[in-house]
Amino acid sequence: MAEYSVFSLLRNAFSATPDWKPAWRKPDPKPEYDVVIVGGGGHGLSTAYYLAKEHGITNVAVVERGWLGQGNIGRNTTMIRSNYLLPQNQHFYEHSMKLWENLSHDLNYNVMFSQRGCLNLANSTSQLDDFARRGNAMRHVGIDAELMTPQQIKAFLPALDLNIGGRFPVYGGMIQRRAGTARHDAVAWGYARGADRRGVDLLENCEVTGFLRDGDRIAGVTTTRGEIRAKKVAVAVAGHTGQLMKMAGIDRLPIESHVLQAFVSEGLKPFMDTVVTFGAGHLYVTQSDKGGMVFGGDIDGYNTYAQRGNLPIVEDVMSELAAMFPGLSRVRLLRSWGGIMDMSMDGSPIITAGPLPGMYLNAGWCYGGFKATPASGWCFAWTIARDEPHPYNAAFTLDRFHRGLVIDEKGQGSTPRLH
Amino acid sequence: MLITCPYCGPRDVIEFTYQGDANRARPDLHSTDQAEWNAYTYDRVNTLADHAEYWQHSGGCRAHLKLVRSTLTHAISSVEFARPHAGHKPSSRRKPGAST
Ligand SMILES: Cc1cc2nc3c(=O)[nH]c(=O)nc-3n(C[C@H](O)[C@H](O)[C@H](O)COP(=O)(O)OP(=O)(O)OC[C@H]3O[C@@H](n4cnc5c(N)ncnc54)[C@H](O)[C@@H]3O)c2cc1C
Ligand SMILES: [Zn+2]
Repeated sequence: MAEYSVFSLLRNAFSATPDWKPAWRKPDPKPEYDVVIVGGGGHGLSTAYYLAKEHGITNVAVVERGWLGQGNIGRNTTMIRSNYLLPQNQHFYEHSMKLWENLSHDLNYNVMFSQRGCLNLANSTSQLDDFARRGNAMRHVGIDAELMTPQQIKAFLPALDLNIGGRFPVYGGMIQRRAGTARHDAVAWGYARGADRRGVDLLENCEVTGFLRDGDRIAGVTTTRGEIRAKKVAVAVAGHTGQLMKMAGIDRLPIESHVLQAFVSEGLKPFMDTVVTFGAGHLYVTQSDKGGMVFGGDIDGYNTYAQRGNLPIVEDVMSELAAMFPGLSRVRLLRSWGGIMDMSMDGSPIITAGPLPGMYLNAGWCYGGFKATPASGWCFAWTIARDEPHPYNAAFTLDRFHRGLVIDEKGQGSTPRLH
Repeated sequence: MLITCPYCGPRDVIEFTYQGDANRARPDLHSTDQAEWNAYTYDRVNTLADHAEYWQHSGGCRAHLKLVRSTLTHAISSVEFARPHAGHKPSSRRKPGAST
């Protein structure tokens, strides 16, 4: 499989592109692997890539029920940041940020990581105090954060209404300039190609329907393409974690599946070159490289597996966008869609060995797991290869809920629809 | 999504507040069994398809309801008061005009 380079681009630009080959093979399942990863989303694919690259484990299959990248990796709003308050999250997400900063180079695949900054607006003085606290906590461990005055924000983002809707004056904000966005499909494709090149089998249209056992131990999976045995089975299926765990006989988990909607407008001329969040409500917006405004807000708020939302949240998100940027109020909406997320009870992820012998679980990403894609795969690969967590994911256990060690970044308790 | 409140009839979902999973039983208030309380606080069935759950008609009569709703289609197959007969006991109601 060819490396992408200036020369390969030029050569193919002037030919009928006979050398462009598919980015990954389409192998048939082997009867047995060292590791089977269930779920061909960003996290499953990055796990396969780092298993091969960092630990030399290449007898690996990624098993995906549809096509690679059909899940949340291909339907999120692509925002990346490491502006967390709690130390467990800070170390993990900053590790992710550092992997993002070198990802296109590492994968030889342009994931279009764009460090356009992420600005959180404060619409009350107490919120500004809170950002000052969070920013100080970040700077204390070497993560960048700056507090901005309203005047600085006006100069930085002229389109913003500083007196939002007449009701929510902007008292300031916190910006992380290294934050930004990336091209979500390219992240999946880049990891897929990287894993394939190192020998990993990517098995598409292969749905896991159950687990094989040797005594108590999980020893493989049954799929729509036959039985596949494995020394280790790793599950990374985002919103379907509950369903997979039910197949393994675990009928309750600290997880609920909810829908998050997202929206994109018609393409506009350059309008804003950052990610901005509305402090008085819940809205985050950016402008894509194609010009569309990409934005989202709250989850619909009740358990669902339907990959579409209902209208009240559409109205809510639109009204917040129009309040923040009155100039966008007559822009037409191009598309909206939904994705199913596994909302954990404290809003933080689970990356762990278990819950059954022979099994490994990567779950609970809520609606913030895209930014985690590199570090999630990196830490999960470490955990699978060595049968122990890396310090970066040691706190993200499944039993933390029952041991009183929740990582509740938002301080909202066990109410997943609020995280 | 429309929810048919037993008092008020069919109303838009925006009048209601979701109160979560109705598949768990609150332990006895005097129980000091930590495992039982932890399970109640954190563990959920997260059903695909018919899911028992609580909603409050917070923008209407304020009754607490128990619904069975499909998490795939949003079709609601049953609505009842969260506590059977709540509000239906004339004896527990104050008579109009009575003073305390
Ligand atoms: C609308 C929306 C906006 C978001 N915005 C952001 C954002 O701005 N920033 C951010 O950081 N995060 C965001 N997220 C969250 C982020 O997208 C997810 O947390 C993350 O992508 C989840 O991990 P994943 O990519 O591995 O999951 P997925 O891509 O969903 O991968 C899981 C895969 O498992 C497969 N699968 C399921 N069941 C089976 C089975 N039985 N057998 C085989 N395969 C199976 C699925 O088909 C799927 O491909 C957003 C999410 C949504 C829905
Ligand atoms: Zn009512």
